Amino acid sequence: MTTDQLLEWTIKIGVIFFILLTTVAYLSYVERRVAGWIQLRVGPNRVGPFGLLQPLADGLKFIFKEDIIPREASKWLYLIAPAAAIIPALMSFIVIPFGSSVTLFGREITLHVTRFDVALLYILGVGSVGVYGVMLAGWSSNNKYSLLGGLRSSAQMISYELSLGASIVGVLLVAGSLDLVTIVEAQGATSGYWLGFIPKWNIFLQPIGFIIFFLSAMAETNRVPFDLPEAEAELVAGYFTEYSSMKFAMFFMSEYFHLITVTSMATTLYFGGWNGPFIAEYPFLSLVYFVLKVFIFIFIFMWIRFTMPRFRYDQLMALGWKVLLPASILNLIVTATVILFVN
Amino acid sequence: MVPLSWYLGLSALLFTIGAMGVFIKRNTITIFLCIELMLNGVNLTLVALSGFFGDVSGQLFVFMVIAVAAAEAAVGLAIIISIFRNRESLNVDDADTLKL
Amino acid sequence: MEKALFIIIAVIAVAAALNVLIQRNPLYSALSLIGTMAALSVLYVMLRAQFIAAVQIVVYAGAILVLFIFVIMLLNAPKQQLQIDKQKGLRYLAIPLAGLLLAEAFYVVWRVQDIAMPVVKEGEEAVGTTWSVGVALFTHYLLPFQVAGVLLLMALIGAVVLARREGDK
Repeated sequence: MTTDQLLEWTIKIGVIFFILLTTVAYLSYVERRVAGWIQLRVGPNRVGPFGLLQPLADGLKFIFKEDIIPREASKWLYLIAPAAAIIPALMSFIVIPFGSSVTLFGREITLHVTRFDVALLYILGVGSVGVYGVMLAGWSSNNKYSLLGGLRSSAQMISYELSLGASIVGVLLVAGSLDLVTIVEAQGATSGYWLGFIPKWNIFLQPIGFIIFFLSAMAETNRVPFDLPEAEAELVAGYFTEYSSMKFAMFFMSEYFHLITVTSMATTLYFGGWNGPFIAEYPFLSLVYFVLKVFIFIFIFMWIRFTMPRFRYDQLMALGWKVLLPASILNLIVTATVILFVN
Repeated sequence: MVPLSWYLGLSALLFTIGAMGVFIKRNTITIFLCIELMLNGVNLTLVALSGFFGDVSGQLFVFMVIAVAAAEAAVGLAIIISIFRNRESLNVDDADTLKL
Repeated sequence: MEKALFIIIAVIAVAAALNVLIQRNPLYSALSLIGTMAALSVLYVMLRAQFIAAVQIVVYAGAILVLFIFVIMLLNAPKQQLQIDKQKGLRYLAIPLAGLLLAEAFYVVWRVQDIAMPVVKEGEEAVGTTWSVGVALFTHYLLPFQVAGVLLLMALIGAVVLARREGDK
């Protein structure tokens, strides 16, 4: 571990952190514009040209709002909960490959912070630790709506984690590795094409796995139609009812971080990651492809959010345990059998 | 390099703290947590020896211990819930009739 | 460098473990135990057992302790129930016994011959990677693996039967 390497890591983490924060701020803007477009409304368009400075105004508003701690809340947990929600949401980005490698300042720089043998398990683990923020927020607020929201969301996240994990194992069987960089490279142009033009993306091998992954990911990020934890019509704002000011913003941001994580995972695992035409000649294009794919997914998530009604709680649990989990296990068995006979 | 004995010492310390907790505490859930702590202390020994001897068996043992701990947590917490329903108490001393 | 890291992690692990005993509310004890689990996971990485480290986080921190906290929240026991008085007599007995156990353990550890950690050769699969654990698990330890699967199934059914209320359909 040399100083150069340490410097490279620090710079990469800093840059990724900065980009993520900016993206999250602008996702809230994009979300409202998309919502306006789908529902024939206008959306924010007053602050700056096309309302582009709206996230800035929102951020300032969050900072200047009064920070309230309820008298009956258990104080320490109430303070820890937002941090416990946002830190795991940020941690998973260190293993996601954003692009191949580029040469800058005479040094070959890979566009991922680090790679290790159990990267995918790491993401799953960090994601499952994210439940604590939600649970603690719900419990410590000492408010019945918060508690119900917290219990609902932790039950939901635990249930859907299973089918999420089981659907990912299909990809692991195909790729034979838990390292995300290896998984992306296996889907690249170097491994050839089917019929001469179809890229070897995992989506063509694991279509059912992808559908299960997509639905579970939507449930994991607590978005409509799976947004039971913060169902406005029933639970005020769910587990963060009592939160205000920057603490509320932290929960809000962690949800968008989760959104970016699951969409980048969908891209990496099923849609070839940063692969695309001409990346051998212009390595910088890989970054563009990755961002493009992620944004297409984010758009689909938003599209679904503003066109679908919400599930009932028992329907949600029945879908998770009785449909998605058996389907993912069946998918696993079929995949394993096929691989056994092909090899 | 961290010597082997440091790892073993730490795991002994964690195991002792867990055992002490089982002794002192009367709350069923806390006792359960202390048992998990003892299991973790032993796991550290197994992983350390596996690493230092270059033999993967120790890690498989830990894998099994974690699986058993998961099963144990599920059944144990179910028992705690049903005892609490019947006796309105979490004190282990209240559950001394060998039935629910 | 590595020794300093070990000492920091060990202090975190022991402090979190002691806090499990000090806290009276089981919720705080459970949260404190997460600290020990995370610290141990770091130690596993230092011991090159990456797979076990990841499993530790996924299963212990992500599932078992979540289940504990879930149950504590669900029981919603009154405060005095959660903080049952500790038995004073047992505490005076526990500390000397713990000291004895610790002394014995440290005596054994002190007698342990220190060996160097094996060096991983180029092109050889290191112990502790997913590959090495997987190969051992599905060849030499296949039977224990399947028994563990049956055990988990039994636990699943047992938990459902036990926690079900009388008369539930």
